Amino acid sequence: MASSNHNLSIAQYAIGLGDDALTLGHRLSEWCSHGPYLEEDIALINISLDYIGRARMFLDHAATVEGEGRDEDQLAYFRDDREFRNRLIFELPRGDFAETIARQCIVDPFYVLFFEALMQSKDPVLAGIAGKAIKESRYHWKHTHSWMLRLGDGTAESHQRILTALDEVWGYHFELFEMTDLDRELLDAGIAVDLAALKPKWDSMIDEVLTAATLTRPEDTWRQSGGRNGEHTEHLGHLLTELQFIQRAHPGLQW
Amino acid sequence: MTHHEASSSQRHYVPHPSRSPFTEGRRQSTQRAAKRTHHKPSPQLIQRMAQQPSPVLSLHTQNLMGHALLWRPEIALEQDMTQAIDEQTQAELDAFQARVDSEQKIEPKDWMPDAYRRTLIRQISQHAHSEIIGMQPEGNWITRAPSLRRKAVLLAKVQDEAGHGLYLYSAAETLGEPREKMNADLQSGKAKYSSIFNYPSVSWADIGAIGWLVDGAAIVNQVPLCRTSYGPYARGMVRICKEESFHQRQGFEIMTVLAAGNEAQKQMAQDALNRFWWPSLMMFGPPDDNSPNSAQSMAWKIKRYSNDELRQKFIDQTIPQAEHIGLTIPDPDLKWNEERGHYDIGEIQWDEFFNVIKGNGKCNRQRIAHHKAAHNEGAWVREAALAYDAKQRAKASGQVA
Repeated sequence: MASSNHNLSIAQYAIGLGDDALTLGHRLSEWCSHGPYLEEDIALINISLDYIGRARMFLDHAATVEGEGRDEDQLAYFRDDREFRNRLIFELPRGDFAETIARQCIVDPFYVLFFEALMQSKDPVLAGIAGKAIKESRYHWKHTHSWMLRLGDGTAESHQRILTALDEVWGYHFELFEMTDLDRELLDAGIAVDLAALKPKWDSMIDEVLTAATLTRPEDTWRQSGGRNGEHTEHLGHLLTELQFIQRAHPGLQW
Repeated sequence: MTHHEASSSQRHYVPHPSRSPFTEGRRQSTQRAAKRTHHKPSPQLIQRMAQQPSPVLSLHTQNLMGHALLWRPEIALEQDMTQAIDEQTQAELDAFQARVDSEQKIEPKDWMPDAYRRTLIRQISQHAHSEIIGMQPEGNWITRAPSLRRKAVLLAKVQDEAGHGLYLYSAAETLGEPREKMNADLQSGKAKYSSIFNYPSVSWADIGAIGWLVDGAAIVNQVPLCRTSYGPYARGMVRICKEESFHQRQGFEIMTVLAAGNEAQKQMAQDALNRFWWPSLMMFGPPDDNSPNSAQSMAWKIKRYSNDELRQKFIDQTIPQAEHIGLTIPDPDLKWNEERGHYDIGEIQWDEFFNVIKGNGKCNRQRIAHHKAAHNEGAWVREAALAYDAKQRAKASGQVA
């Protein structure tokens, strides 16, 4: 019984990580054929593909440890928004290029630190996924970092745009470092990551890039969270409407 | 703005290292995305993209370019005007034709007739534009793909197409055509792209049909181009064909699953085949007796088979595939001709083909408007990248204010 509860906790944890990856992968995929350069189209599709790949691995792991006969697609396509566990920053609309880069600027250094820590997880599957994802995230960060410099220290317009975009997304970063009861339970078991402990390093990575990009760090005047409890923005429902359309219209089939 | 455009077009005259058709391992291939259970990153790509607006030429690209950078259209034009076709030019033409006839590749630094250059630029840029515009109907289903695996494969496929666009733009640049100009010609309607992408992708089965039929037709067209007389184009096509062949199989697999599914799925698959069959046959271009550019292209070995030969090859290989999965080719006149050893088909509605080319397909205006909108929305990003580069260069040379 204890063991089955433990597995359910791991499944829930993996679902949260999978939902984060799925929603961000979806948003990034919306860039296809909309990029400012053909090269950038390719880069954003590539990063999107990394996230969809992670979503598959996390959700597959969740379905496996859960042991209820579901699979990655049932988890992705047959849960409603109240059952989604992604943190809010990932579901926000793709916006313009500045908004996309601003979100990645918050997310990429977080993932670099998060996966470094998750590689130490006692759950070998989670550790294995982290081992692959860490390499991706390091390159994502390189890509984002270089764009932060160009946008921040480019033209007056780009400076203003990235500053505004950063300001608009800033209140969502706190949730990345919030520890839920589930996080604490699995941290004690040596499986989950101590999110709060990542914050000082993340702060210094952010300060470094903002300084180099001649940008001022936004004030911590507002904050949003609730994604891990299924309390979402209005945006997620529309994302899922699109994502889940075929499966919901024709349930129970092979595709 | 004007300054930006001038400087950027000058900068883009020099192909970017990321556009070399000979670089390996840049992107995740569709094949890997489909087969892997664990996801593979492509670090080189991201690294390359991080350096993206840098004008530094890689050794690879320098080799690819040869002396093409020295070629100037205005000089060629002046030569044309001042030098009538005298014996010397005739000798050059003969020598050129002899090289082509003996299957030697023509390289960027080699002398070539201006018409050969222009034909190639037209064909290669049209091919590149087709890859890029083709991202739209396929991208239309990325966010709605019916499973995570299908989504990953489609993303990887569209990424491949974008990469093909890059190789091809790069190959055209070795002929002295700046990418900015090709882009402008696409948006003004001066340059064409494959008319098939003016048809809408309205159901998931269309993604199957596009992969199976459109990529299938493209492969039949493109395999002979691996031996085309212009070296950079031929080498680019080798890589492209490998990837296209995987795209074709994934499209056929989508159709196979749908055709074996429930009534709604079968209907979806048949409907997609009904809509895409004839336009796919039109992809090979007008019949041979009505194809003005073909003879010269054949003599130059840019083209190796006629439109009708390639079309027949596609028909012959595709019909058994349709039969295999239980779909019906929408052609009541279709029958096997024992004597010819080929399938005979009904009449192709060429008026539809020319009508769509003329701008009356469902999506002509949408495709170009989309391309322009993305380009215009990205203008401030490109300006920022150029401004940042300029600042960095100024700093490096100690001229920073």
